[in-house]
Amino acid sequence: MRSISQALIGFSVMLILAACGAGESNVVQGNRDGILHYGNGAEPQGLDPHVVTGVPENHIIRALFEGLAVKNPITLEPEPGVAERWEFSDEGRVITFFLNPNARWSNGEQVTADDYVWSWDRALHPNTGNLYAYMLYPVANAEAYAKGEITDFSAVGVKALNDTTLQVTLNTPTPYFIQLMDHYSTFAVHPETLLQFGEKTDRFTPWTRVGNIVTNGAFTLEEWSLNRRIIVKKSPLYWDRDRVSLNGVVFYPTENVVSEERMFRVEQLHYTSVVPLDKIPTYRQMPDSPYIQSPYLGTYYYLLNTERPPINDVRVRQALSMAVDREQLARTVLQNTAVPAYSITPPGTLGYFPPQVFEYNPEQAQQLLREAGYPNGEGWPGIEIIYNTQEAHRKIAVAIQQMWKRTLNIDVTIANQEWKVYLNSVSQGDFQVARRGWIGDYVDPNNFLDLFIKDGGNNNTGFANATYDDLILYRAPRAPNREARYALFTEAETMLMEEMPIIPIYTYTSKHLIHPSVEGIYPNLMDSLNLKYVRLNPNRRLAGVTD
Amino acid sequence: MWRFIFHRLLQAIPVILAVITVTFFLVRTAPGGPFDSEKAVLPEVQRALEAQYKLDLPLHEQYLAYLSDLAQGDLGPSFKYPGRSVNEILFSGLPVTAELGFYALCIALVIGVLAGVLASLKPNTPQDYIPMSLAMIGICMPSFLLGPLLVLLFGITLEWLPISGWGDIPGDKILPSITLGSAYAAYIARLSRAGMLEILSQDYIRTARAKGLPEWQVVTRHALRGGLIPVIAFLGPAFAGLLAGSFVVETIFQIPGLGRFYVQAAFNRDYTMILGTTVFLSTLIILFNLASDVIAAWLNPRLRAQYQRGTR
Repeated sequence: MRSISQALIGFSVMLILAACGAGESNVVQGNRDGILHYGNGAEPQGLDPHVVTGVPENHIIRALFEGLAVKNPITLEPEPGVAERWEFSDEGRVITFFLNPNARWSNGEQVTADDYVWSWDRALHPNTGNLYAYMLYPVANAEAYAKGEITDFSAVGVKALNDTTLQVTLNTPTPYFIQLMDHYSTFAVHPETLLQFGEKTDRFTPWTRVGNIVTNGAFTLEEWSLNRRIIVKKSPLYWDRDRVSLNGVVFYPTENVVSEERMFRVEQLHYTSVVPLDKIPTYRQMPDSPYIQSPYLGTYYYLLNTERPPINDVRVRQALSMAVDREQLARTVLQNTAVPAYSITPPGTLGYFPPQVFEYNPEQAQQLLREAGYPNGEGWPGIEIIYNTQEAHRKIAVAIQQMWKRTLNIDVTIANQEWKVYLNSVSQGDFQVARRGWIGDYVDPNNFLDLFIKDGGNNNTGFANATYDDLILYRAPRAPNREARYALFTEAETMLMEEMPIIPIYTYTSKHLIHPSVEGIYPNLMDSLNLKYVRLNPNRRLAGVTD
Repeated sequence: MWRFIFHRLLQAIPVILAVITVTFFLVRTAPGGPFDSEKAVLPEVQRALEAQYKLDLPLHEQYLAYLSDLAQGDLGPSFKYPGRSVNEILFSGLPVTAELGFYALCIALVIGVLAGVLASLKPNTPQDYIPMSLAMIGICMPSFLLGPLLVLLFGITLEWLPISGWGDIPGDKILPSITLGSAYAAYIARLSRAGMLEILSQDYIRTARAKGLPEWQVVTRHALRGGLIPVIAFLGPAFAGLLAGSFVVETIFQIPGLGRFYVQAAFNRDYTMILGTTVFLSTLIILFNLASDVIAAWLNPRLRAQYQRGTR
């Protein structure tokens, strides 16, 4: 009983203390000390660049590690990272990276070309089970090695010519390869550190823990409290340290978006990973609004199972797509937070603008459905839309259900499935219409268009077209220049949208609340943030925050 | 008494074994696996992952391997968080959740017993109706509603209290404890009212009053001890329930506790994590139930006599 009463007394004291003023907010304190408070969406699965997948992991790993080349946060064009420059030879098939001799691991050792050879061996090794191993498949023989068809890594096209020269040989010229060097699956890890805790290909050793981990980026790991926060601080050994303005970053696993928004409102966060839809209109109206929205390299679409009647008929697929009023959907359900999409590739993907093959056209949709044998919906057997359980997906499905009913007079049922059940249905082809989203791994139309090659792992529609495969797999990679390549992509995408194995619905946007004191976070298509460009300006305050 | 405890512990073993077995096979019948993701997983990667987690073995071998690891206290590696063991995740979250549950229970006890006793002293008067109506509201109000309301009032409008975190900013433990405790306060209020009403009508209370004791002494010295037995019996399951059921509060207030892992493990098909948390929490529930039985017996001479005779 004694301990209970003690706890109660302590509790009341806390209440009184707290009531006397909650003290300085994180933002005010952070602005003074150069610490960014960052809402990161979820607890990262881990920090091993060859093991994890996901956006929250990406943010932290790219603060801790640096790739051979990084993306400029404004243009997204590659700029020097660990490599100070690179040269192409053999018509772009061979790339020679010249490593910065000042690039250091956080234990003081130099980052060498051998570290990269060792790390890429690990990233590709079948035993590692790296979900992103395919990022390195453009490298000669990498795919065969990852699939266990060859076991000798020296046959793979990556060689250390000396400590600071790394030579990479590709299968075919791959225009986006330099971009991939900013993806964590291609990052180097410190070999001796990993070997200290286990085998090269072990997934679950404690090498990424505080005190064990050795990194080469602008920040080092300071604290990792599970589900509470991750703190990184500025690295004194990073080669470009003079450019780094922040002294540290605190990443919060803000799983609940509503709580995250409230944390922002009371200035516990500088930056939120996302914004709840119903709060957006209020933030938009604020003077000097902290709400930042920009196009994002991702498309929201419906998969159509082309092997199941009645949507095995291309006219039915076209009718369904043309009967979706995307403008209205974007305006109402999505509150102007999304861009209507008429293609799979987001517009402006490194200068590529997809063709618009069709538009919202109720009359033509009705006509097509009549031709397919369902005049005014007569004889329609009914179809089902499945989506993973989430309010936003449900709203969109309901809106589309009504549009189809109104325009085509057909009955559609909608069904939600729990996430893993939904994934299972989609991969087994056990659906007629399924909600889907695709976020680009790198900025290139290829990343979207190669989804639909025959038997592609993410095709899921049964769509197969030999001419399409030839365009994507053979002709586009060999195009002499960007214009010719994009012309081939346009041709392929036109073909795709005429066959309509998917119904594109909208292009994603990234949505953040960013405190006015934060400078150097630029909106871009990848929602890519390079923390070394970020500065805090204590003089800027959030409008509407009452003291 | 010791024999009673020993018997109950023996009974617990098959119960826990049944929990393990049912959970083990049930999670594997759920569609989808731990490595399914939105991007297709290459077959060679899938094979490598299954081999690393021993999922390539026949199911009965996996089951036996799990049991033998468990006997050594090893709950296995988490599928979702590579590099962390289930033991580690459990023990990082448990102290936080236990502390939160403890504060919530304290609040629930103080408010609940006070309200219940007040109500029972003057039944069917405003002194009864008002606290009991509040208790009814407390039972009906889910924490996902109460939590944000408290945050809005005390955190954002009045700016008295922090709205998230646990032990980061002074006072950040107050709102989650109140949110979690209020529903239990309501239950305790109803239980203690009922218990007190029954005791207050007993002969020995009339005797106490007849010998001229002041009313407050009658209540505190004679009635409370018996009247609170239902509350004590409720405390064990309640605390176990607080540990397992703090998910919503932990999510609203960004608390690094156990509840979030427990619920998300199921969505992630994190087999070892689901098993680990389920086994752990069911063991706790059994132990807490036992503890509350023991305390109830200690408070209630009639029960104690039963146990000693071994008739139960």
